[in-house]
Amino acid sequence: MKPSPISLSSQRSTWSAGRSALVALLLRDFTVIKKDIKLFFLRTVIQPFLLCFVFLYVFPKIGQSVGGGGGSPGAAESDFATVLVAGVVGISVMFQGLQSVALQMSQEFGFTREIEDRVQAPCPIWLVALEKVVSGALQGMLSALIVLPIAALVHANGVHAAIHIHWLVMLTLVPLAALAMGSLGLVIGTSFEPRNIGLMFGFIVLPITFLGGTYYQWNRLAPVQIGGWHWLQTIVLVNPLLYVNEGMRAAFTDVAHIHLYLIYPVLLVFFAGFLSLGLRNFRRRVLS
Amino acid sequence: MTNPPVTSLPVIHTSDLTKVYAGTDVTAVDGLNLTVYQGEIFGLLGPNGAGKTTTAGMLTTRVLPSAGSAFVAGIDVVAQPNLTKQFIGVVSQVNTLDRQLSVWENLYFHGRLFGMGAIESREVASELLETFQLTRWAKASVYALSGGMAQRLMVARAIFHRPAVLFLDEPTAGLDPQSRLALWEIMKQLNADGQTILLTTHYMEEAEQLCHRVAIMDHGKLLALDTPTNLKHSTGIDTIVTVKATGDLNELGRALALLDGASSVRAVERGVELHVAGGERLLTRVIAAAEGVGAQVQDVSVAEPSLETVFIRLTGRELRD
Repeated sequence: MKPSPISLSSQRSTWSAGRSALVALLLRDFTVIKKDIKLFFLRTVIQPFLLCFVFLYVFPKIGQSVGGGGGSPGAAESDFATVLVAGVVGISVMFQGLQSVALQMSQEFGFTREIEDRVQAPCPIWLVALEKVVSGALQGMLSALIVLPIAALVHANGVHAAIHIHWLVMLTLVPLAALAMGSLGLVIGTSFEPRNIGLMFGFIVLPITFLGGTYYQWNRLAPVQIGGWHWLQTIVLVNPLLYVNEGMRAAFTDVAHIHLYLIYPVLLVFFAGFLSLGLRNFRRRVLS
Repeated sequence: MTNPPVTSLPVIHTSDLTKVYAGTDVTAVDGLNLTVYQGEIFGLLGPNGAGKTTTAGMLTTRVLPSAGSAFVAGIDVVAQPNLTKQFIGVVSQVNTLDRQLSVWENLYFHGRLFGMGAIESREVASELLETFQLTRWAKASVYALSGGMAQRLMVARAIFHRPAVLFLDEPTAGLDPQSRLALWEIMKQLNADGQTILLTTHYMEEAEQLCHRVAIMDHGKLLALDTPTNLKHSTGIDTIVTVKATGDLNELGRALALLDGASSVRAVERGVELHVAGGERLLTRVIAAAEGVGAQVQDVSVAEPSLETVFIRLTGRELRD
């Protein structure tokens, strides 16, 4: 067996130890994904595919109207397709963040207790949590890459999503959105007990998804009002997914969206807020 | 144990190490002063709640001390937890293997995590599987491992980066006797090769069999610290006679306590335990004394004092209460 000579001269600086630990943790995550790449692919495309299939293929076929009417036949559906495709990419990024960070982490804290070994890595504890966010964000970007062509292609004849990629916006906003959603995953994964993680879907994921502007543009909510107060439009402003979806609209289409001057700073604030809350939770659960 | 390579170099040093968990007024560890030397197998022995795991937790950076200080391999654990972690290996009470990786990958990625290159990690991972007799499971999921094998893999993983101290928290709890013996052999071999080990346990046999020195803890306090032999000598007794009998057991106890050499007696289930220092023809006298008070003796057993005896004499309670 291996002898264990202590030679403290072999100590590495915390910086270099932290860097190699980060690389190793990412390598580990991508090894796991590579093993189940088919599963990753399926998990990523199934929801976007179903959304596009139902809304952009089945609905036009059976004459169910979703586009709000008006214009020539097919035009309304195409307008809706344009709005939906961006939204579909947006929720894919969110789901990836939740799945790869929140579910994973709640399992590692609860059932497998793997986290207890992971935090013995020779690096700061926060780095272990940050790595999960980075890894989740990378997976989120990867899923955006997979989902966009699918969303753009699955539709009935005569329905056309008007995709127009704004490269600069895409290359900056997709990573920012993925990081914000990965951090949201960290908050959820560290706040819920594993046995309660099912509640997360009911109380957090569903409201966020349905009120996050996936199926509609924010400016179209204006008619929902009470006594001149655009209550729905106001309330959904607290939803982080709204900015992700509107941002995707800015990145992939020419339709109206919340102004980028607002989207960037708000997503940055969400990212910073979720990350610091998540790191604080993580530290509390790991150290006593 | 063959040639215990214990040195006089301190590897762990604590002074007045104390932990009070937030929100409780229970002092889990109370002013602990310990020094563990390089090459030792050092045991923290005590019942559940004695503060062993909390002590190990503080030394492995997971529990933040409320007061006092701790040094591992000369590094201040509180001030430099990240540096400390380079020099310790930890095997916790529960299975913390990476369920999504194979047996071999569990080792390989541990090497990478501790800054080893791909080639070195690959080599060491395969060597360790060989040493721990897990090679044929290399590609298997860790779900396929038995409890004993999983524990071996966790030990292999913990020594992968050649830590200055290997921490084992109740390493054989829940293992079958055969796996326990196998793990003891592994620990002895690792130690013979120079590995310093700190283990916590509530099995006195484990402490007696393995440890060069044992610290007996209860309620967060250090009660005694010495070699198992010296601890047993410190009781001043050399024989324990357990008499199982029916009849008036209180009377029996009083009679036995009057025997020549008797040090103390205590009630046990359906009988009396007698602690004796010296004394000739002991059994004959014990039986005669029992018959003298009209007790029907059903069984008499004789044993040497163990660490359990030490614990009982220190606390008045059994280790497994």
